[in-house]
Amino acid sequence: MSLYQVQKFLFNLNRDEQSKEQYTNDKTTLLRSYDLTDDEREALSQGDIGLLYVMGVNGQILMHYAAFLGIEWFDYLELMRKGITEHGQVRAGVYAMTGGGRSFTKEREIS
Amino acid sequence: MTLVYAGLTSHAPGMTGRAHMVENTNERDLLYAALDQQRQEIQDSGAEALIVVAAEHFANFFMDNMPAYCIGIGEYHLGPIEDSAWLKIEKTTIPGAPALAGAIAQEVIQSVDIAYAEEWKCDHGIMVPLHFLTPKYDLPIIPMNINCQGPPLTPLSRAWAFGEAVRRACDLSSSKIALIGTGGISHWPATPDSGKINEAWDREFLDRLTRQDKAALLSYTDSETYQDAGQGGFEIRTHIAAAAAAGGPCHVQFYTANLPIFAVGCTVARFSVA
Repeated sequence: MSLYQVQKFLFNLNRDEQSKEQYTNDKTTLLRSYDLTDDEREALSQGDIGLLYVMGVNGQILMHYAAFLGIEWFDYLELMRKGITEHGQVRAGVYAMTGGGRSFTKEREIS
Repeated sequence: MTLVYAGLTSHAPGMTGRAHMVENTNERDLLYAALDQQRQEIQDSGAEALIVVAAEHFANFFMDNMPAYCIGIGEYHLGPIEDSAWLKIEKTTIPGAPALAGAIAQEVIQSVDIAYAEEWKCDHGIMVPLHFLTPKYDLPIIPMNINCQGPPLTPLSRAWAFGEAVRRACDLSSSKIALIGTGGISHWPATPDSGKINEAWDREFLDRLTRQDKAALLSYTDSETYQDAGQGGFEIRTHIAAAAAAGGPCHVQFYTANLPIFAVGCTVARFSVA
């Protein structure tokens, strides 16, 4: 588990236009620069919001990443809930789900 | 006395990015009207520069070297880092105030161990306030950051001391300076609980600002705040610093917990500068 490296990758991606371009064109090379487990590399390669949330990626870092991936707002919230359903509670950090999975905004179903 | 204005505002990315998803458009438009009034008040103050005491979300600082406090002294700042279509704010260049910011940093560091930065990227934490308060990006901005993202967090008493130091630095300047503290009160942003707001907690916090109850403002523990106000509640540090800088009571001009799509109790307030 190298949560720090996962977050470092996303931090750099979120704030750097060249990294975003490289992620789009050749994410394998970009990911190689970070000390990641296979699961982490796969989650970042796939843009697996639910798993990354459960891993404990800071929510703000993850929100900006989801925005970069073009994920719609309610889909993004639902992907985090699905992550918990599939992988269990958030494992680290201060962005745990505390509302039992209920919605605090009027939402539509994930498409 | 050259601090000519001090106030508070929320900075939720939904305030711009999800404006079209609001059902309670009347409440939303009241918020926007309050922000426009705040813009006018800053303009009427004659401010030559605006300090934004912010709680950024990994636009500049990471866990490899996280400052508790940092002051941006660069010639310009860039933002937003986020996808422009998502935030609905175009990427732009924001003027800095290097000489003034450097002088302020030099004074603040006499009592608070700040970091400084000549490069600064802005996320929604600064861009959303600027979108409403300086929409032409024609006012020099001095960004200041307090780490509110994760522990170890600076104590609230130090946030107060930081605000006092900023005020002392402003008073030594011949420039007219405005200051905005921007953060959430209770909120659980960037989690599935987004939209959850503890209105009673918010109103109690705002009341403490209103009655200038320093002891009560500094009495929250981080574990209590996390329990009652979420991880977003850590951002009260920006409000506490602004209160200390202002030195006078807070006047809440707008507050609503009825815009959950914005994920925070939206607040606009000014302080008496005393």
